[in-house]
Amino acid sequence: MSLRSSLGKVEGLGAAKEGAHHWWAQRVSAVALALLTLWFVASLVHLGSYDYAVVHSWLAKSMNTVLMLLLATVAIYHSQLGVQVVVEDYVNHHGAKLAVLMLVNFVHLLLAALAAFAILRVAFGAST
Amino acid sequence: MKHVTDVPATTPANAARPLSPFMNYKWRYTMALSFLNRVTGCALTVGTLLFVYWLVALSNGAQAYAMSQQFFAHPAIRVLVVLFSYAFFYHLLGGVRHLVWDTGRGLERRSAQLSGWIAFLGSIVLTAFFWFLILHGLRGAA
Repeated sequence: MSLRSSLGKVEGLGAAKEGAHHWWAQRVSAVALALLTLWFVASLVHLGSYDYAVVHSWLAKSMNTVLMLLLATVAIYHSQLGVQVVVEDYVNHHGAKLAVLMLVNFVHLLLAALAAFAILRVAFGAST
Repeated sequence: MKHVTDVPATTPANAARPLSPFMNYKWRYTMALSFLNRVTGCALTVGTLLFVYWLVALSNGAQAYAMSQQFFAHPAIRVLVVLFSYAFFYHLLGGVRHLVWDTGRGLERRSAQLSGWIAFLGSIVLTAFFWFLILHGLRGAA
């Protein structure tokens, strides 16, 4: 016996198969960010000076490069998930909602790519 | 068939009728704090722009970084950065609150109100402490 509704059978679309993914991803990225941002805040305090040479050589260290890559990508991912909910809540028009969500995704992808490239560029010392 | 607008004549027009749950919310600080978590989250998304700009400037060499230092030294940007740091600390504590709620704990009125005050006041304290350490550290290095 199937529990599917008659309408569901006719439409044949099935579930979105995403379930709680968005909710869970938001939580997992939140926990990761709590740890990564604590590292970042502690590093900022520890650095003391924010001169070019000091910050550049700090970020070029392998551990800092990797943690900064993780911080930037997870923060931007978490931001995208959060803004998506806000847009879904407050933008009512379906077409506008799709357009804004797409724009939000593009901007976040651009930010993530920019951040990742900048961090790697510092690490590989293309410009000093 | 009876029409839906046929209400008994004894019911006054302004009688207290049950409201849909979403209309029952009064503006309480727990609600304001919940809203603040969303507002600070959105603010941090904007703050990410400054964060990425800082990284890009650093990767573009000493000259570009010097320009970004000039930009970050602008009083309006300094105020913004301090506000973003407050947004970060509030969102951090508010987020921990949400994670605890997700386990089904701390949802009772008293504990939710208490954790709300801790998050709100704690984020102000953490922001002040953070900037104290940043400024103190700078002076120590100089």
